[in-house]
Amino acid sequence: MSADRLDVGQVVATGGFDVDRDGLVRYAGASGDFNPIHYRDDVASSVGLPGVIAHGMLTMGLAVQPVVARFGADRVLEYGVRFTRPVPVPAEGTVRLEVEAKVGQVQDDEARIDVTAKVDGQTVLGRAQVRVALGPRPPGAPRGA
Amino acid sequence: MCARGYDAGVTVTADLKGRVYPDTVPYLVGREKVREFARAVGSMDPLNLDEDAAVAAGYPDVVAPPTFAVVVQEQTLAQLLADESAGVDFSRVVHGEQRFRFSRPIVAGDLLTATMTVTDVKTLGGNAMVTSESAVRDRDGEHVVTAISTLVIRGDA
Repeated sequence: MSADRLDVGQVVATGGFDVDRDGLVRYAGASGDFNPIHYRDDVASSVGLPGVIAHGMLTMGLAVQPVVARFGADRVLEYGVRFTRPVPVPAEGTVRLEVEAKVGQVQDDEARIDVTAKVDGQTVLGRAQVRVALGPRPPGAPRGA
Repeated sequence: MCARGYDAGVTVTADLKGRVYPDTVPYLVGREKVREFARAVGSMDPLNLDEDAAVAAGYPDVVAPPTFAVVVQEQTLAQLLADESAGVDFSRVVHGEQRFRFSRPIVAGDLLTATMTVTDVKTLGGNAMVTSESAVRDRDGEHVVTAISTLVIRGDA
């Protein structure tokens, strides 16, 4: 996989995620972010939102998964986004997050992957970029416990 | 003490920039918490879900998804929001930008401590923007990841 040649502009991964209220509650529990704007319409409306919105960090976490699937969860050196548009999630049904990841730059053993994340054709993350390591896993790199 | 953001009335303490908060209470990364988080963000990567796959790749246990770092960073952002002298009104906070820079991935079994520094404070169009960097280290004091957030504190307008 890492031996594959990467060309700038090449689409390296795509993915789609159906986000529903259940998914927001699941992410709230997993992340510890219990801001009620992510599960209560009345609270969301009271702060000027159209209704419950997805956690920005959920959108960010989903949008990187096609890149993770392509390169590996441990190959991400850096990942940054701007939250440019809230993602309303209805009480019933789902919204579809479409993700496309293209090679932005390749240098030595690293690549910058540019991620586009869209809902209803509109971009919801700005400057979403992932820097990934391309070389073999360095011996001794895994540390921890 | 408070710098007012033009005419919209956002207040953030003027000397907030450069403030360093105390180390957080160490966070022990649990295998099932990593799996729960991985499922919540739609990960299918065996490194996130299967300890045998993680061990085969050379890790002591499952590897956390990149954005799992926010769970540890959250402890530091809670310090900022709880600090009345910082003047950040939680009900007006919107997440503007987020970034993670890794020295290595987080792995189940890690005991992580975070230290936050407020690196920038700006007012723009009646909003205040507070950027903080939370450096996360393991039990040996080695750097694991730095999580950088820009919070936008909306004005009255």
